[in-house]
Amino acid sequence: MRIVVPLKTVPDLVEEIEFTPDGAGIDTEYLTFVLSEWDDQALEEALLVREAAGGQVVAVGLDGDPEIGQVLYTAIAKGADAAVRIAGQAGSARARSALLAAYLRRNPADLIVTGVQTVDDLDGQLAPMLAARLGLPHAGVVTGVEPGDGSVTVRQEFSGGRSQELELPLPAVIGVQAARQAPRYAPISKIRQVMAAGGIEDAAADAGEAGEGPLVRRMYAPERTTRAQMLEGGADAVAGQIVELLAARGLVKG
Amino acid sequence: MLAEHSGGTVSDSTRELLGKAAELAGGLGGTAQVAVLGPADLAGQLGGAATVLWMDHPALAGYVPQAYEVALAHLLAERSPRLLLLSNATVGLDLGAALAVLWDAPMAAYATRLAVEDGVPVATCQVLGGKALAEVELPGDRGIATVVAGSFPASPPGTGTAPEVVAVPPPPGLDGVATRLRRVIEPEAGDVDITAADVLVSVGRGIGSKDDIEIVAELADALGAALSASRPVTDNGWLPKTRQVGKSGLKVKPRAYLAFGISGAPEHLEGMRDAELIIACNTDASAPIFDVAHYGTTADLFDLVPALTERLNG
Ligand SMILES: Cc1cc2nc3c(=O)[nH]c(=O)nc-3n(C[C@H](O)[C@H](O)[C@H](O)COP(=O)(O)OP(=O)(O)OC[C@H]3O[C@@H](n4cnc5c(N)ncnc54)[C@H](O)[C@@H]3O)c2cc1C
Repeated sequence: MRIVVPLKTVPDLVEEIEFTPDGAGIDTEYLTFVLSEWDDQALEEALLVREAAGGQVVAVGLDGDPEIGQVLYTAIAKGADAAVRIAGQAGSARARSALLAAYLRRNPADLIVTGVQTVDDLDGQLAPMLAARLGLPHAGVVTGVEPGDGSVTVRQEFSGGRSQELELPLPAVIGVQAARQAPRYAPISKIRQVMAAGGIEDAAADAGEAGEGPLVRRMYAPERTTRAQMLEGGADAVAGQIVELLAARGLVKG
Repeated sequence: MLAEHSGGTVSDSTRELLGKAAELAGGLGGTAQVAVLGPADLAGQLGGAATVLWMDHPALAGYVPQAYEVALAHLLAERSPRLLLLSNATVGLDLGAALAVLWDAPMAAYATRLAVEDGVPVATCQVLGGKALAEVELPGDRGIATVVAGSFPASPPGTGTAPEVVAVPPPPGLDGVATRLRRVIEPEAGDVDITAADVLVSVGRGIGSKDDIEIVAELADALGAALSASRPVTDNGWLPKTRQVGKSGLKVKPRAYLAFGISGAPEHLEGMRDAELIIACNTDASAPIFDVAHYGTTADLFDLVPALTERLNG
């Protein structure tokens, strides 16, 4: 089974987000980019499927994404059989899906596994767009993929803890919410080794027309109307204030 | 808009869309029409909409993404609505982006506000884990918005006049749907019911490891509170799934919610923003959790949690 895993980097949200002077986007100049956490889960689930069913896991990224080289080398260090860097840049999921669909038409996969969403896919999620372009069945918010004979059975989650099992014929596209186990870790030494060996393939992709997305008027930080009142002092002083707040509501025992 | 339903009842998110759909339809000079797929007779619960477009077929007996997609694509081609509204939960996450391609419509995901301005639908969308809002237009003759749960008030059941029901014949494409629904899994009952607790001590990825869960468990004990968590903590198996608060977990409304090392992603806030008192501890002063918390602190949880436990046990 050939499993393709599209990976994408996103701004690290631990950092402060700055907006561009024209207010139409975020200023990425000083941001750190990291692998989208759901893509990390997708890679883990793909590796688990390969371990169960055999085959090949191919991590793919766009060369226009910041830090994508590092991400692809890390994917190999974690166990991906190959990594491909597709020429192109995508400012939206729609454009990304067009580039990836063009690549996948030339290099077909049995299973395409990616994150259910990213923190910046304002115009929609990649997996369903990719499936629609390729005419494939798909399912998102998936928390486990069991390989079968010409099919996969996935667990799809709903709100409130409900879920269901779907069987999809292959090829199919899966949007992963969480892998069956926490994503594995690749030691830095291993990543360095992989980097020294090289081994990322480059591929061209002719996307053609991606179609129109929404028109962004402005991006801004949410107004802090109901901002929390910050408790001052060291940990001990803050602890005292919290206990008082709870005690005042009768929520402290004794 | 699409009605989501299970067991003959429309979902809360669908009831939240109803009033908004009618309002937007008014602004655009049209009517609100609700697609109901499958054997359910839901018109009585969809008051406020003008029309129910009802389609039934064996492939629509439960929620199967491929079947719903074929059915909706057919309705969109036939009815050419100006705007399609979906929930930004599993069903909307599956269908919205797929239809954006198939129906060639611009889409706004994670919408928390929707309005019509000068005849154009405008959506405000929550991105970057709640750290940014994007105001976008859906120009042209069509558009799709997926709406975050809790953004609009839910129409109480039984309000408004019942819509007219139009039965739409299923398209032949539904016969070819190869995805199968194997089984539906109801949530397991937990050892502790976090929805019944007066006080919740809730822990997020900031805790860093399973071993350190112990310190928040001790605090919960000292407070007589139940221990709950954000999704990464349950995904990692540090706490059982039944302790998860949020979109795909449980919705809680305790008298006090103490959040440690939780950033406050929209999917988490969905589950706890109605708590009476929210106190958040997060070392990042710009974490969105502080937008819903009543009190906050940027103390390190590894200093604050033991200090709290000591005071309470002292
Ligand atoms: C379909 C779908 C459904 C989802 N359902 C849910 C759901 O039900 N519930 C849910 O919670 N999430 C859900 N999510 C995931 C959600 O998007 C976020 O990924 C998740 O809520 C983040 O969890 P977190 O805040 O614990 O982790 P992070 O976002 O990683 O935040 C960790 C925080 O800890 C802080 N921190 C780090 N160290 C310390 C320290 N020493 N002291 C104090 N603070 C510290 C950091 O500043 C950071 O803000 C869902 C996502 C999707 C796509």
